[in-house]
Amino acid sequence: MDEIARIAGILERFPQIKRNALIPLLQAFQDEFGYISESAIASIGAHLSLPTSKVYGLATFYNQFSFIPHGTYHIKLCNGTSCYMGGAGELLNEITKILGISDGETTRDGLFSLEVQSCIGACGQSPVLSINGKYYSGISVIDAREIIKQYQDDAG
Amino acid sequence: MLAEKVFLLKLAQGDLRDMTPSQAGKVSLLNREKVTRPLIMVNSSTSGIVAGARETWKAIEKYVSERSIDIDLCESGSIGLSSEEPVISIQMPGRTRIFFSRVKADKVVSLLDDLFHQVIPDHLLIGQLRREGQESWADVPFLDEIPFFSLQQRIVMEACGIIDPFSFGEYVARGGYNAFLKTIRSYTFTEVCDLVTESGLRGRSGGGFSTGQKWKSAFQTSSDQKYLICNAEESDPGAFMDRTLMEGNPFQLLEGISIAAYAIGSNRAYIYIRSEYEDAIRRISNAIHRLREMGLLGDNILESGYNLQISLRKGPGAFVCGEETALIASLEGRRGMPSTKPPYPSVSGYLGRPTVVNNVETLCNLPGIIKNGPDWFKGIGLPGCTGTKIFSVSGRARISGLVEVPMGTSLDVIIHDIIGGVEKGRDLKAIHVGGPLGCMVPPEQMKVPVSFENLKSRGLVMGSGGILVMDDKTCVVNIVRYFMEYVDKQSCGKCIPCREGTRRMAEILGGITRKPVDEEGQTTLERFKGVMQLENLADVMKDTSLCGLGQNAPNPVLSTLKYFRQEYEEHIFDRKCSSNTCTELRNWYIDVDLCTGCSICAKRCPAEAIIGTTRHPYFIVQEKCIGCGICYEVCKFAAVFYR
Repeated sequence: MDEIARIAGILERFPQIKRNALIPLLQAFQDEFGYISESAIASIGAHLSLPTSKVYGLATFYNQFSFIPHGTYHIKLCNGTSCYMGGAGELLNEITKILGISDGETTRDGLFSLEVQSCIGACGQSPVLSINGKYYSGISVIDAREIIKQYQDDAG
Repeated sequence: MLAEKVFLLKLAQGDLRDMTPSQAGKVSLLNREKVTRPLIMVNSSTSGIVAGARETWKAIEKYVSERSIDIDLCESGSIGLSSEEPVISIQMPGRTRIFFSRVKADKVVSLLDDLFHQVIPDHLLIGQLRREGQESWADVPFLDEIPFFSLQQRIVMEACGIIDPFSFGEYVARGGYNAFLKTIRSYTFTEVCDLVTESGLRGRSGGGFSTGQKWKSAFQTSSDQKYLICNAEESDPGAFMDRTLMEGNPFQLLEGISIAAYAIGSNRAYIYIRSEYEDAIRRISNAIHRLREMGLLGDNILESGYNLQISLRKGPGAFVCGEETALIASLEGRRGMPSTKPPYPSVSGYLGRPTVVNNVETLCNLPGIIKNGPDWFKGIGLPGCTGTKIFSVSGRARISGLVEVPMGTSLDVIIHDIIGGVEKGRDLKAIHVGGPLGCMVPPEQMKVPVSFENLKSRGLVMGSGGILVMDDKTCVVNIVRYFMEYVDKQSCGKCIPCREGTRRMAEILGGITRKPVDEEGQTTLERFKGVMQLENLADVMKDTSLCGLGQNAPNPVLSTLKYFRQEYEEHIFDRKCSSNTCTELRNWYIDVDLCTGCSICAKRCPAEAIIGTTRHPYFIVQEKCIGCGICYEVCKFAAVFYR
């Protein structure tokens, strides 16, 4: 299905909505596509009779929305206080060094993307990162290096 | 299905007079007083999953299917021992329930082998749950005898980790939903408000405003529509009590919401929950669905004429949305920016209608208050600050987890007696109470009995109740810089003192924790001036910021300048971080005896600070070194060290 049809499909699920449904609508797009494209924002604006700038302005305010597609392997790194004390800062540096991406970016080959989260609430197991929903807890910089290497090898 | 519904509703009303023996048996099965076959519960809340509870679950399934053992396998919430996950509990027919910690998948076989042979392996053991009518295990401590649990008073978290969060039957069989039925059958709106005012319940999200009075003000404002919003946007790093309550006992929260909505005469309630809380969302959605089936949500609830709809709204993630006016803005589909008060939301809130925003923990207190009466609640805690408070303790504590204590318990007791202090061989340096907007205090200041007023009078804040424990290997300045960078990122940008102030503070703190590369631009004097400016800036931010975020953002800085000034001075004047956390302040050296002169460090040094010739020891020029530590990482001979 092409993008336009998919966008129309999501908008159909929200008929005759008011502005207070804007966030759930954006979330539906985020869930469906993994990111919010330019054309999605334009069609949301048209659907709600809101200027595109307002929609974009709202979406950029919140952490949940991203505007570039996630990689095949989406890395979420917790940078809550406990994880920070446990060395999440060093992990972040290491990942940035290996993959050349920082928070909210995707590698050029589209394999990895990185998202730094404020706290995932597993403070007893710090530091924590997850790749596509699989959690790795209490890891060191060396562990992180190996984990990423493994994913790189898996992808060939 | 219908018979089931009638039975459960009857049970919720506490109407047990004409109950048949078979029905009574059913109740004892539902509340797990009796089990017919072994029951295994795995904590599948977030902390458990991160530690590997899913793998443990699969291993248990495999174990029983291979040996064709008939068991009940259930999910549960967390009992609050978040560093000891995955926690599982096992109840054999006729015996008490036993809890085990750190049951990773590879330990399942040996644990279950032992258990099915009536042996309790003590290296994984936590303890057994005391319950009448069940035979206890010999030589196994009861949970209420272990310091972690014995010093707590769990009224809100009582069932967390013990019940199945997906089972409405179990919640009802333990006395749940009795309070809500009592509310809609026997009390008027005003009576509920008065009852809760009398109990002295105060908002648990930090402000400490009387819940009953907040309701009353919304109730007395006339309007065609009123809203109740449950604030489940728990975005404080290091706070996880709301999540645990939602994951461990979702029906309790929904009962609380129903009571609160009734009290203000609202028939529309929203739960504003962080979108990252996928497991909590799953449990709450299931609970809402079950309540609709039971007729406890919807139109004309149990013929009382009262209608109530509860919907989930996922918060798209912004720390500032924990502030009630910002939360309402976000619900309305706008940027989550706070607005000036008054008008208070209880007069004009969501869509301009009277709105009450209550925190998860506050709402979870309500079923207990209604069921046991305000006098019972007043008997717990301090006069004027009643009830309990849940603290989430993390950091370098020996046990990370949730601690529910009556108001008036001192921080000392929480840290030393319940949590067991810091990890072995370390010294407690400080604790930080209240998340990124909280305060840091040294151990000498921990004697204070916890209450909203006591903390405030000592310049502390309760915040959401997150406590970060720091040992001697933690750098105070570095942690403060982390908080300030976090608040800077999360500031909504509406008012200037907060937007610019947090940025400047983060820059100054960043400057202190970094080596002054350019002596012209940032001499010691400049750095020292930075600290003076921190204090001025903090005062301006406190006085002029619009919402609590900006007003409280300088708290970590001010409290550490008060108690840990010597650490700032050490960073500034000696350019030294005694806990070795500020990596950029390290001074690196090469051990001449170990260096083989392979030249790899010199090649990789981004500042060209390493000089020498191959096959002779290299040397680091301290003036050029930026302290990145790459030489340390690349050296194959461990010749690089820091002081």
